[in-house]
Amino acid sequence: MAKKFMYINRKPPYGTIYALESLEVVLIGAAFDQDVSLAFIGDGVYQLTKGQDTKAIAQKNFSPVYGALGDYEVTKIYIEKESLEERGLTLDDLQHLVWEDEDEDYAEKDSIRLVSRAELADVLDDQDIILSF
Amino acid sequence: MKFSLQINEGPYQHQAADSAIQFTKAALAKGHEIFRVFFYHDGVNNATRLAIPPQDDRNITEQWVALQKEHNLDLVVCIAAAQRRGLIDEDEMKRQGKDANNIAEGFRISGLGQLIEAGIEADRLIVFGA
Repeated sequence: MAKKFMYINRKPPYGTIYALESLEVVLIGAAFDQDVSLAFIGDGVYQLTKGQDTKAIAQKNFSPVYGALGDYEVTKIYIEKESLEERGLTLDDLQHLVWEDEDEDYAEKDSIRLVSRAELADVLDDQDIILSF
Repeated sequence: MKFSLQINEGPYQHQAADSAIQFTKAALAKGHEIFRVFFYHDGVNNATRLAIPPQDDRNITEQWVALQKEHNLDLVVCIAAAQRRGLIDEDEMKRQGKDANNIAEGFRISGLGQLIEAGIEADRLIVFGA
């Protein structure tokens, strides 16, 4: 039986390697047919911001990879509402992440689920494995 | 109970490896099983045999190696994280045309799939550091 894997992303995309190496685990893990969710909390919400330009810091901009998560059947991406608000962000500041539902003629569906801190706690409570980055 | 461990931070810089070693000893002493220890991020630095900590300090890599020998632990170093940080074994040294290797005996290098499998196979996956 598939286990519920939750990847919690807590750190900004640059400054440390945690965000990039978290994404590498998610992409490899997608091959294992488990029930995968991602959560972005705290400064982790910056990982999904639109229009990232890393030229000035001489680092690879890996943010386009998040747009491919739907193709890896990673379709549940939780964003903590309070974390966005505390940083003056809204969902409009983030990439629009979607997946295609095979069962509904490949209808495009939103991957992002905006949840409150309390709601996210319930989601976490329901997981088998929590990997925190 | 069957545990898997993930070590996310380098030795000495961070207490994650020390805590994981203590956890491993305590769990084994209570009769639990350690399915796998997976080293990720800077945690891969736990596997270098070239570190020389001061003589009056603990030697974290040697502690892992001793535990591995005594309990046949599966100590797995993430290859992607290791290559970035210059941690390589003899096979990889030859494949990459490098002039040295530094992985201590008792550790093995493998892919991230080993971490996912460690989560699937164990009753609990415990993350140390980060």
